Amino acid sequence: MITNNRLTGDQYAVNFADIHPPFETHDAALVEADRCLFCYDAPCMKMCPTSINIPKFIKQISTENIKGSATTIFSSNIFGAGCGKVCPVEKLCEGACVYNLMDEEAIPIAKLQRYATERAIHDKWPLFKRKPSTGKKVAIIGAGPAGLSCAHVLSREGIDVTIYEKESKGGGLMTYGIAAYKVTPEFCNDEVEYILSIGGIRVKYNRELGKNVSLEKLQSKYDAVYLGMGVGLTRTLAIKGEELEGVVDAIDFIYQLRDKGFSSVPVGDKVAVIGLGMTAIDAATQAKRLGASEVSIVYRRTHAEMPCTQHELDIALLDGCKINWLSAPKEILGKRGKVTGLVCSVMELGKPDASERRSPVETNETFTIEVDMVIKATGQIPFVDLVMQNGLENDKGKVRISDNGRTNLAKVFAGGDCVNGGKEVVDAVQAGKDGARGILEFLGIPASNVEPTYNASTVSPQKGNLPDIKLLRL
Amino acid sequence: MSLATNFLGIHSPNPYWLASAPPTDKKINVLRALEAGWGGIVWKTLGSQVKNVSSRYSAVNFNGTRVMGFNNIELISDRPLDINLKEIREVLKEFPDRAMIVSLMADNDRKSWHELIKKVEDTGAHGLELNFGCPHGMTERGMGAAVGQDPEIARMVVEWVMEAATIPVITKLTPNVHSVVPAGKAVVEAGTNALSLINTIQSVTGIDLDTFVPNPYVAGKSVFGGYCGPAVKPIALKFLATISQNPVTRKVPVSGIGGISTWKDAVEFMLLGSTSVQVCTAAMKHGFRIIEDLCDGMRNWMEEKGFETTTDFIGKSVPTLTQWEDLDINYHHIANINQDKCIHCGLCYIACEDASHQSIALEYGKPYNKYTIKEEECVGCNLCQLICPVTNCITMVEHRVAPEYLNWKDYQQLGLPLNDH
Ligand SMILES: Cc1cc2nc3c(=O)[nH]c(=O)nc-3n(C[C@H](O)[C@H](O)[C@H](O)COP(=O)(O)OP(=O)(O)OC[C@H]3O[C@@H](n4cnc5c(N)ncnc54)[C@H](O)[C@@H]3O)c2cc1C
Ligand SMILES: Cc1cc2nc3c(=O)[nH]c(=O)nc-3n(C[C@H](O)[C@H](O)[C@H](O)COP(=O)(O)O)c2cc1C
Repeated sequence: MITNNRLTGDQYAVNFADIHPPFETHDAALVEADRCLFCYDAPCMKMCPTSINIPKFIKQISTENIKGSATTIFSSNIFGAGCGKVCPVEKLCEGACVYNLMDEEAIPIAKLQRYATERAIHDKWPLFKRKPSTGKKVAIIGAGPAGLSCAHVLSREGIDVTIYEKESKGGGLMTYGIAAYKVTPEFCNDEVEYILSIGGIRVKYNRELGKNVSLEKLQSKYDAVYLGMGVGLTRTLAIKGEELEGVVDAIDFIYQLRDKGFSSVPVGDKVAVIGLGMTAIDAATQAKRLGASEVSIVYRRTHAEMPCTQHELDIALLDGCKINWLSAPKEILGKRGKVTGLVCSVMELGKPDASERRSPVETNETFTIEVDMVIKATGQIPFVDLVMQNGLENDKGKVRISDNGRTNLAKVFAGGDCVNGGKEVVDAVQAGKDGARGILEFLGIPASNVEPTYNASTVSPQKGNLPDIKLLRL
Repeated sequence: MSLATNFLGIHSPNPYWLASAPPTDKKINVLRALEAGWGGIVWKTLGSQVKNVSSRYSAVNFNGTRVMGFNNIELISDRPLDINLKEIREVLKEFPDRAMIVSLMADNDRKSWHELIKKVEDTGAHGLELNFGCPHGMTERGMGAAVGQDPEIARMVVEWVMEAATIPVITKLTPNVHSVVPAGKAVVEAGTNALSLINTIQSVTGIDLDTFVPNPYVAGKSVFGGYCGPAVKPIALKFLATISQNPVTRKVPVSGIGGISTWKDAVEFMLLGSTSVQVCTAAMKHGFRIIEDLCDGMRNWMEEKGFETTTDFIGKSVPTLTQWEDLDINYHHIANINQDKCIHCGLCYIACEDASHQSIALEYGKPYNKYTIKEEECVGCNLCQLICPVTNCITMVEHRVAPEYLNWKDYQQLGLPLNDH
């Protein structure tokens, strides 16, 4: 049976408590900060899409220059606080920490990053100053990580920014998508407020491009436009029974949970989740944490090909979710319009496909799982219609850009999930910076405040060992 | 194999004595120390009556390690002399097999010294240590370092002492001088039976950035204190070496002090000529229980090296400390990075690049750069090896310039090229 209010308030609080709790004390942060070797041209920094100068900010925690530390982080990544909670660090900075090569625990970079930035947000440190207005105006679609990151850089350079956001709150998927045990609504709100506190950024909520805002109008009214609208709902499964009551979209399910509060979100007793990406893991674990008694994840391939990290998989396993490897949904069964089961094909791995992963091939075998809810999490699809209607060059709906976020349309730039099809927050933040750089260049304004993402000047190369500049994000 | 130590006929089961300081200032802790296994103790300095201030210690922390250096503005014993003497007697009765040395600092006249020595000898103590080193509080009254800093005053006081003393006398030197040799020589010539060093080094450990008052904080003010602990070990070893090298001072046994925290530190002091060693800060930081590993570690090391007694290695390193102009200029070694051990932290690279001879090549990689030594550029300075966080990842490999020994004097005479790097 699908129902809400399965647990008590206390149970919800326990189930959705912060999965990566912060340092309790300054001393605790110091123990870890002091362990940092202060690597040169640090591997962790290279693996951060926004190239935060990690050794520097950690050293600044060590010297108790917390303001300096927060400035170092935010200069490269204005979502530095949020990223400290949501980044899959095991495959980024922490995964590259040199301690891994000594079989020692990596430095808890995310936790330290959180330590410095949360204080900045809590105490509202005004770390950035906006330059006097240049009189130039830029419109941004979407107040998600890409849009806000772009807006912040532009505002620092004295651009007047207006953001059009279809929801009533900012933060994008940070506020509406990411698992509730990683970030709270209050945190997301504070983070957005902190970013906007620089001034020069006006957010018009409940305004949707394609509905009550048109790209053409924006192009004529503003000096440039940045598109950061992310991607839409999950793709359809195109199998029998998909219309039954109890078949839900993961993005929509999580949106309810993040927007409305835990007790009001209905969840089944026995739930199947289809897919094994970040969204699937989040849907599965949160269904369990809302009180579902059994959650089964259904995935077409094997452990070797899974798109989520082992760390995320472990969260789901520890929550008691079951994984059905090599199984693909074939049909959703129902009675009186409601889901009763999911028929899966047993798959086997065939030849490697274009992505060099071995494609799953159907066998004759099937099995049925008894469920009353099916959550679809097989990847979000871009806003194809919106992109096509506006004549944007695209790749199956993903906006195509050249250097620094330029699209084929005059004055129009884009970045984040709407371009890459759905990656991480940290990638969207970098895309926002890249787009801002492109816009500033286009407007003829020197981008003095845009932190070089990979500070090649600190690599004092000698003849013969120049780093390959093409590999560096500049 | 044995750690047993004979210092001028004063026997102790091991060379570890607790230095004259708070751990040795009364019977309760001294008994606990001896129970724990310490070889002997130097009782907290006795002398005229004093009064301490309340706040008296401060420290230097480094990169997360607390009390890397320790500082105090404490005076000599602030307990009544009679109680100290009574307790010394009682301890001697319970632990007759341990070294009992009593540290003294009498008022600066012959009579006071003679009286104090008489009283202390009456307890049955095995030896006396003259505190010519305390750098604060007592110097203002013409005692402590004020004596130790002036070789002639030190000579005079030791002469007075030797007139009265019938048990071995150890003179404890102050490091607050450019060289400990002049005072050392003077007191040896005056008849002291042994030397000990170092006492604490004058210091300011830090300043509170909110109150602007240096620490330790005493009602809005502070004073220079005496610095000790791990941070002072290299300075103590240097002073010790000069005493072991000098033809006059090397005739008497030495008790080495200053920053000893581990058995390795102790072995180093002994290799440079100490017969016994004294410990203060390490015991103040960790308690008496460290004696177990101090002994155990030394014993295992001796076994490995085939030493039967500590005298087999005492002073063994002294001859290897030479003059700069006698060093072999033809000795050359070059760093080598073991790529299997390298963790790609880049610390060797940036140190060499910014502060040495730009002898490390960086091959860019994401995320891991590859670092290799440019052998023709490497001068062999050791900087990269010192900085590398992985043991034995960077090693220095010998590449002699020529097989024969060539020192600086010969080098000049041969007119060989200078400033070639
Ligand atoms: C379930 C789930 C879990 C995730 N977990 C993580 C995680 O743990 N860690 C991580 O780093 N990343 C995670 N991600 C990915 C991450 O959230 C995104 O990569 C990131 O938010 C993309 O930022 P963006 O600004 O490009 O798009 P979005 O965050 O999607 O922001 C787009 C904004 O544009 C608005 N918008 C959309 N269309 C219009 C329109 N027509 N007019 C006006 N406004 C519009 C939207 O309301 C939204 O505010 C997760 C994603 C999902 C779906
Ligand atoms: C708190 C304190 C008090 C001390 N008091 C004396 C003393 O009364 N007489 C003395 O000769 N040395 C005194 N010292 C010096 C120690 O005996 C010893 O020489 C010095 O601390 C160096 O050894 P360490 O590095 O092991 O501490 C004192 C040291 C400290 C820390």
